[in-house]
Amino acid sequence: MGNVPTTVKHCLSYEQLIQDYPWLRRWLLEEKTITGHEYPKFVKVVEVGPRDGLQNEKEIVPTGVKIQLIDMLSGTGLSVIEATSFVSSKWVPQMADHTDVLRGIQRAPHVQYPVLTPNMQGFQDAVAAGATEVAVFGSASETFSKKNINCSIDESMLRFEDVINTAKERQIPVRGYVSCALGCPHEGYIEPSKVAEVAKKLYEMGCYEISLGDTIGVGTPGSMFKMLQTVMKEVPADALAVHCHDTYGQALPNILTALQKQYAEDPWPYTMGVCVVDSAVAGLGGCPYAPGSSGNVSTEDVLYMLHGMGIETGANLAKVIEAGDFICNALCRKTNSKVARARGRHCDVFP
Amino acid sequence: MLSGTGLSVIEATSFVSSKWVPQMADHTDVLRGIQRAPHVQYPVLTPNMQGFQDAVAAGATEVAVFGSASETFSKKNINCSIDESMLRFEDVINTAKEQQIPVRGYVSCALGCPHEGYIEPSKVAEVAKKLYEMGCYEISLGDTIGVGTPGSMFKMLQTVMKEVPADALAVHCHDTYGQALPNILTALQMGVCVVDSAVAGLGGCPYAPGSSGNVSTEDVLYMLHGMGIETGANLAKVIEAGDFICNALCRKTNSKVARARGRTL
Repeated sequence: MGNVPTTVKHCLSYEQLIQDYPWLRRWLLEEKTITGHEYPKFVKVVEVGPRDGLQNEKEIVPTGVKIQLIDMLSGTGLSVIEATSFVSSKWVPQMADHTDVLRGIQRAPHVQYPVLTPNMQGFQDAVAAGATEVAVFGSASETFSKKNINCSIDESMLRFEDVINTAKERQIPVRGYVSCALGCPHEGYIEPSKVAEVAKKLYEMGCYEISLGDTIGVGTPGSMFKMLQTVMKEVPADALAVHCHDTYGQALPNILTALQKQYAEDPWPYTMGVCVVDSAVAGLGGCPYAPGSSGNVSTEDVLYMLHGMGIETGANLAKVIEAGDFICNALCRKTNSKVARARGRHCDVFP
Repeated sequence: MLSGTGLSVIEATSFVSSKWVPQMADHTDVLRGIQRAPHVQYPVLTPNMQGFQDAVAAGATEVAVFGSASETFSKKNINCSIDESMLRFEDVINTAKEQQIPVRGYVSCALGCPHEGYIEPSKVAEVAKKLYEMGCYEISLGDTIGVGTPGSMFKMLQTVMKEVPADALAVHCHDTYGQALPNILTALQMGVCVVDSAVAGLGGCPYAPGSSGNVSTEDVLYMLHGMGIETGANLAKVIEAGDFICNALCRKTNSKVARARGRTL
């Protein structure tokens, strides 16, 4: 709770103090701002390259390549690797080999391999293939929901409720996604209250974590702050993640904003910052709504920033770069990661 | 074109010897040829007295000097030690003062050097303080190879701000490692309110061939405007200027905003 010494916090009713001396809150806030923001000591990086990244590739990636990518990522220290999606191959042909991929990977201990399961059919197929964690994908935009998964937000919540309840019975954790959290390609601006409503619903249904997605990368630290402030009134910060796209180059400042402890005016004290970040190795995956533009933020660039701030992630940047090199060679394309592109040019002075 | 975007400072050219920087050999023609907009400054680099005199003769009304926080970089880049460069700049700054020409100071390698690696924040502060005390109205702290992160930016600024007030500081972040925007955000949160950037992210990094250099003005404006921060600049017009120069250079923009603009929403 701010920079009040622990001894003071123990011997005084802090909230009473703030009520009696309202200027004290502002003084503490200002001092905190000038001396620097607080950040989490550890950030969990959720690697979505094999699913969200490859899903956007036009050419079908061979199953063997997908498996090798995941196996390489499994050796990097990342603790969550989204492996595939149990969606109908009619809609997402890239993920048609979901069962083979999930069965083919060598699972590292202490690494989770969540898979997308949009409905009960997908969930059952996922469990049959050995899934031990699943994810469901909602939207804060009605239009996007209808165009993307062919049903309204409310209808999607009913589908997910089935999946979540069944998953609970089998003790399979479920992660929830909310897309269009900072803007929709069809509706434009999305009210933070709508994002909060959908996030809350997923959380109350039983998702252990809600990943808030800037699907078209239009967000800025301004809109990220406002959205999180609103969502954090309904879902605790430690159950939130941010999934920022880099289409407008805003992903890293948006992530930085999300990590900073949010100074909520009401209620006091401020809530802690978000400490889970989604990213994709080599920045895999473009943006279907802005052809030629980038999509996912690069895991390498995120790790470089976090490590440079003294934030631990458990991940080894050099190994992630290797995995990125591998998949880019396999796809015959250049990496979207600036760190990967620059690396090795300065590594004699900057390891 | 940039003069019509609302940007209030446009660094026009460099009065450096054409032997060293052939690209800027036409400095006099450029400075004389542009149509100066009212309320826009057109500073030019002047590494020494010769360059300063040429700049004034060509009509310069603001100049800039370029120091370094790294001894090795100073020697390799401008062929003299930091102390020797300060003597040169002192001449320029004193003469500029007499002619009431404002001088901006740059400190390169503020967050790392391609030769020395890590640079002590105290060294950056020392050089920045020297330039400020000599008479530079503003000191632009440059992350020359883009290796900085919000962590190192914070520590460096914390140290520099003990010697130079925040309102006399600017940040000049390179995007070689994609860290420019989070670094700029960190600087703004510490009270810096001047940011250097280049339209279309022009300029690579000579120390990391194939990598980007300057952060794109378009991406910076998009972020600042999205945060409700005013800049006076019109993003659409900057994108137009970026399109123009990229066509002229037959290359793609380095700006993600320019690339995405018009495709979404």
